[in-house]
Amino acid sequence: MPTAAEPTGVTDPAVLAERYGLSKSSIRPPLGSYLRELWSRRQFVLSYATARTYAMYAGARLGSIWQVLTPLLNAAVYYLAFGVLLGTKNGIDNYVAFLLSGIFVFTFTQRCMTEGSRSLALNLSLIRTLHFPRATLPLAYVLNELNQMLVSLAILFVVVGFTDGPQWRWFLIAPAMVLQMMFNIGITLVFARIGTFVSDITQLLPFVTRTWLYASGIFFSLPYKLEQLHAPSWVVQVLAFNPISAYIDIVRRSLLEEHKRNQLPHAWTIAIVWSFVMLAAGFWYFWRAEDRYGRG
Amino acid sequence: MAVADSGAEPTVIADKLDIIYKVIAGQGGKGTAATALRRILKRQDRPTIREVHAVKSVSFTAYKGDAIGVIGRNGSGKSTMLRAIAGLLPPAAGAVYTGGQPSLLGVNAAMMNDLTGDRNVVLGCLAMGMSPAEVQSRYDEIVDFSGIGDFIDLPMSTYSTGMAARLKFAIASAKTHDILLVDEALATGDAEFRIRSERKIKELRDQAGTVFLVSHSLEVVQETCNRALWLDAGVLKLDGPVEDVIQAYLKSTRS
Repeated sequence: MPTAAEPTGVTDPAVLAERYGLSKSSIRPPLGSYLRELWSRRQFVLSYATARTYAMYAGARLGSIWQVLTPLLNAAVYYLAFGVLLGTKNGIDNYVAFLLSGIFVFTFTQRCMTEGSRSLALNLSLIRTLHFPRATLPLAYVLNELNQMLVSLAILFVVVGFTDGPQWRWFLIAPAMVLQMMFNIGITLVFARIGTFVSDITQLLPFVTRTWLYASGIFFSLPYKLEQLHAPSWVVQVLAFNPISAYIDIVRRSLLEEHKRNQLPHAWTIAIVWSFVMLAAGFWYFWRAEDRYGRG
Repeated sequence: MAVADSGAEPTVIADKLDIIYKVIAGQGGKGTAATALRRILKRQDRPTIREVHAVKSVSFTAYKGDAIGVIGRNGSGKSTMLRAIAGLLPPAAGAVYTGGQPSLLGVNAAMMNDLTGDRNVVLGCLAMGMSPAEVQSRYDEIVDFSGIGDFIDLPMSTYSTGMAARLKFAIASAKTHDILLVDEALATGDAEFRIRSERKIKELRDQAGTVFLVSHSLEVVQETCNRALWLDAGVLKLDGPVEDVIQAYLKSTRS
């Protein structure tokens, strides 16, 4: 401590502030200490996610049964449209498992994006009341979706186990989920920031995700489909760079024996690179605006 | 500007603080999707967005143990200034320096409405950085202080404004803050709660914290504060001992 007690007459406010260790009130902490602070609030993230899951179904008569029903109904609609009406099975034997894995993996990321983009706007009052690292809110939303994803995966295992019986390959799903989770945290943080400052994004996102849905090879096998269309081989190479396609591909490799002939090139490498890049970019991008959330 | 360093330890220094915020003023301009997209990409504001200069070049220094009442007419920038001190509104020019993290208590800041009161207590405490064990040990004290009673098991959306304000004050004051900013939060509480919260504010002052209190009740300001700031249309009109400032303020409203 400098000799603070001595009255020194007249001083510049900034100098005076520094002498007594005051800092600007709206300043964002360095990234390192921000991440440490975030880690110290992990209990808050967990409790908030639990409370939100509970509140989400509290009003419904069927309660948390909807966690199982929603993905099933979703899959049923797509099965009806693509499997039965349009007949896109394309010689995939276990089309139900093929379709479900695609939809569940895609929905995981899609819901993270759309829900995450509103995670700060919906909690403005909390943000304006208490001080805490704002990234905790989008993180809690991702945790919510992970919970839903695990329920969906359980359904998937029942479906595949019913037809093929349990396999050692299944354990490949664990690293795939970790990678997708990292990617989702990153992309959710990005859209949480965008959604706060450009609220129009919540109107726009459904169209973006729907386009992404059709480009991700969920209803049909991408290599198979493109071969039918006599597309040049580089098209598959380009489409394989889609992170969602990569995650779906890994999950299908682990669940479906027959997927071997249709798998995308370099899925693991692409998945790993996307995960790490997106996670780092997400945290960095979100943190850059930390001092501006909650204003307006 | 230069300020006198009297030797007392300052906790909040506002240095020529200017706050400008944007409001959407009705309809207008071309509303087509193409122009909207162009605005988003170019990061332009909507043509109907108007800038409000809410606080104009306000400077003051608050010291440890100060309880400062902020008075002025509606829309004179009182709440805006508190939010700037709390670090929730970045200043357009000038700066606010604070020691420690200020905590803002506002009346319109509901917490998580669809969750029960007791969930809000736990989440609020965790968000402020308490450990689960700490929350456990503080829980009863917080609920007792709020005086919510059996309603603690009900969702906060069923609470009256006053009850919500009580619970929020109880949660926020569970942690010792160096700087507590109270924005009309006590106005909706009943007489009994007002007395309790005033005692809490005095307690905070004694712990050498600094309290800012925005209130239209001059009586409350006079009782709890030793100093007052009078804001008029964003300009700091008077800063001094609470009696003097209130006298001058009353004089101007009567004339």
